[in-house]
Amino acid sequence: MNVSSRRFANAVVLRVEGRLDQDTCAAFTTDLMKSVDTAAAEGGAVVLDLSGLEYISSAGLRCFMLASRQAKAQHAKIAVAALQPMVAEIFQISHFNLVFQVFPTVREALGAVSGDAAAAFEKG
Amino acid sequence: MRVRFWGTRGSIPVALTAADVRDKLAQALVQASGKVFNSYEEAHAYASSELDFNLTHTFGGHTPCVEIEIPGEEYYACDLGSGARPFGVHILAKQARKPATINVFMSHVHWDHIMGFPLFGPAYVPGTKIRIHGCHDVLEQAFRKQHSAPCFPVEWEQLGATIEFVKLEPGKPFLINGMTVTPHLQLHGGDSYGYRFEYQGKVVVYTTDSEHKLEDRAEAEKFAKFFHNADVVIFDAMYALAEAISVKADWGHSSNIVGVELCQMAHAKHLVLFHHEPANNDATLEGLLKEARRFEELTRGDQALKVSAAYDGLEIDL
Repeated sequence: MNVSSRRFANAVVLRVEGRLDQDTCAAFTTDLMKSVDTAAAEGGAVVLDLSGLEYISSAGLRCFMLASRQAKAQHAKIAVAALQPMVAEIFQISHFNLVFQVFPTVREALGAVSGDAAAAFEKG
Repeated sequence: MRVRFWGTRGSIPVALTAADVRDKLAQALVQASGKVFNSYEEAHAYASSELDFNLTHTFGGHTPCVEIEIPGEEYYACDLGSGARPFGVHILAKQARKPATINVFMSHVHWDHIMGFPLFGPAYVPGTKIRIHGCHDVLEQAFRKQHSAPCFPVEWEQLGATIEFVKLEPGKPFLINGMTVTPHLQLHGGDSYGYRFEYQGKVVVYTTDSEHKLEDRAEAEKFAKFFHNADVVIFDAMYALAEAISVKADWGHSSNIVGVELCQMAHAKHLVLFHHEPANNDATLEGLLKEARRFEELTRGDQALKVSAAYDGLEIDL
């Protein structure tokens, strides 16, 4: 599994590729929590770009839940975007679509969580 | 070997209300609009084959009591929730005044798992033998306390049956009339125990009131071993996954999704969702079942896993 991040103003876009399961969730959680801390320090948001995520298990979904709780505690925003069809269906099946704001694209997610970040994204 | 579900609800018994019955009836009438039935049998056949499960059934309201039937004279059951009352009626009818011998395996002694015993008919029949097996030190104390003032008017000593408590050890197989029963420690307030029943090559696992910590691979592997190649796994699926690991984390229960994942790891054949949340109506429970089935399809490896939802009255033959 690969994770890479990009900054757009006060938002961190975390791109996740591969499979997120019991074998990969510990390392991913560390990266994700750092991003939440960074975003929270600037009153911003984390957007998870899941266009490269092929599969997510319950252990992987738990990482998202932990991040959601931390973001809420630190008054940061968190959203997910660009889910592949199978991952989108697993989100619905597990009722995670009721916990997270889900957007078709990273652009739309940034537009919803931070005007500054959306403007920075448009500039490239 | 047969599994018969007498109680499938978690926490507290529930019953359909008059409004629930009217709603089911109205929905059924809408679906049947324009059809003509010339007899009860025709209408019954239509209801059985064409209508949604949640219109023609209810997932039932009794708290846990599951019978494991094997050839022989004795009875076997897991837990004595309110489903123990109809289980007792069944035993009395089948015995026709002849005293029975009943073996019970207790997951734990929280109220929803013992509340049926005061109205368990065979306990009042002299000559009946009841052996209550479990791993908790407080097993006998919990049953006796329930049978005392001010909770219940019949004292323990007034019961007609001979009641014996048998202490089991987690991980240690126990042999009873040709069936091997192995208890397994589970995560729940005050601990709970699952049971693996093995009889003539068939395996049933009863695992309720059990929370699974998803980050703990070693724990998942232990459960996969406990469920290994089981023909039926009766699994605590009280919540949807998001609920189980957020607002209801540490409440000692699990989800339909984790049930699918553990059964897939274990190469189990049939997952039965159990210990239904009392706040969920039949439509919600059917939704959770459909979601579990779809998740199984999406994540299937080389072996398909059958997924069902338990309801009071369900029988599974192995």
